[in-house]
Amino acid sequence: MQAWFEDLKAQFDLNFIQRNRWRFITTGLGNTLLITLFALLLGVAIGVIIAGVRSTYDKTADTARPGLGRKVLGFFNGLCKVYITVLRGTPVVVQLMIICLVIFAWSDNGVALASLAFGLNSGAYVAEIIRGGIMSIDNGQFEAGRSLGFNYLQTMWHVVLPQVIKNVLPSLMNEFIALLKETSVAGYAAVRDLTYGGNTIAGQTYSYFMPLIAVALIYLALVMSLTWVVGRVERRLRSNDH
Amino acid sequence: MTTDVLIRVEGLEKHFKGNIHALNGVSVDIRRGEVVVVIGPSGSGKSTFLRCLNLLEMPSAGTITFEGVDITDPKVNINLHRQKMGMVFQHFNLFPNMTVLKNMTCAPVTLRKKSKEAAEAQAKQLLERVGLSDRAGAYPNQLSGGQKQRIAIVRALCMEPDVMLFDEPTSALDPEMVGEVLDVMKQLAREGMTMVVVTHEMGFAREVGDRVIFMDGGRIIEQGTPEKMFEHPENARLKEFLGKIL
Repeated sequence: MQAWFEDLKAQFDLNFIQRNRWRFITTGLGNTLLITLFALLLGVAIGVIIAGVRSTYDKTADTARPGLGRKVLGFFNGLCKVYITVLRGTPVVVQLMIICLVIFAWSDNGVALASLAFGLNSGAYVAEIIRGGIMSIDNGQFEAGRSLGFNYLQTMWHVVLPQVIKNVLPSLMNEFIALLKETSVAGYAAVRDLTYGGNTIAGQTYSYFMPLIAVALIYLALVMSLTWVVGRVERRLRSNDH
Repeated sequence: MTTDVLIRVEGLEKHFKGNIHALNGVSVDIRRGEVVVVIGPSGSGKSTFLRCLNLLEMPSAGTITFEGVDITDPKVNINLHRQKMGMVFQHFNLFPNMTVLKNMTCAPVTLRKKSKEAAEAQAKQLLERVGLSDRAGAYPNQLSGGQKQRIAIVRALCMEPDVMLFDEPTSALDPEMVGEVLDVMKQLAREGMTMVVVTHEMGFAREVGDRVIFMDGGRIIEQGTPEKMFEHPENARLKEFLGKIL
């Protein structure tokens, strides 16, 4: 027992204390959080735009007058569909490597490139979440808004979106949690995220147990606290559900 | 009742996808202050006709002239004209995320640039008229069907419309709540509001209607005063329809 404990202490010392190896973990954690945050912001921005185009196209199919405006919207709608199909139809690791190692091979700003890659990917998923939220609102709500004299955008802004946000917020936060874990593949493009940090330590010390368990525990702690927040938000939304 | 025309409908047609002709050339004048009740079997095009009047459905052909302006002209800003055409739906369509008061003041404050105070004062006055002053702070899901529909009516009235369109306003209500909604509509008619009402309430048509229009197969088959329509119907299909429901 005593020997086992001593061994554990030596392992800890070797993997985290010696040569300040704990810095691989903290730097990696910082990068993971940065990548997740920027990817989330980019993903939501892309998602809102795509969802707006797609649902406007679908919602106005019956009432729009045929013309140039309709054709332009149809073109962008098609573009958005292609985007969603490609980004959801290929592995995010492949997208990441294409962005980091092919398109932006000249750049070594790994965090920015990873944020871009995960943001572009997340955007496709967020778009479908938000579009689903918009389409789930009863068409009568649109019609009531329009019949009062609101134009399309005003109806969206004053009537529909407040209801959509309430409906999709839990799904969006779950997407955020999934995104946090997905960023662990950033190391494939030599981006120094949390997983990459743990792996680096293990590569130096030839000891995998401690670094990887530490990494796993940190992810678990992050995911559990975010899940707790989602639960709070969901309960809050239900309690003022009128 | 004055005689000037508020809405002139000429040659209105509406085709849906799949070669469905919901409206086949409807022409009718609706005069200021008139209460027009549209009846007919389901699928006769009466709801489509009503929804075309404020372009919730885009007509396939024909024109609608409202207060002297052809609103089917693509250059016309329909949103401005819709402010003058209140609409009440079968399923109420109150905004569930807003209180009753906010439901009523949202449009006047945003579109009419009314002050919040003025809009709320007006809304409270209207709520009093329909006997719902105590529900101003309630959310729609806390109201009964009849209360929801009365709120929907006064919400439309907050925009001070020149005409009110009713799309089967009592069809989704429990029978004991139909009366309270019809009472509000009758009161509105007495005050001289121009109304176009699609309904199955023949009692309402007979009592309040200035003119009854019978539609079938996307056409106006017969129209006239309630007495003429209900006591001396001429058309065979109208006779058959009345025979079934009266």
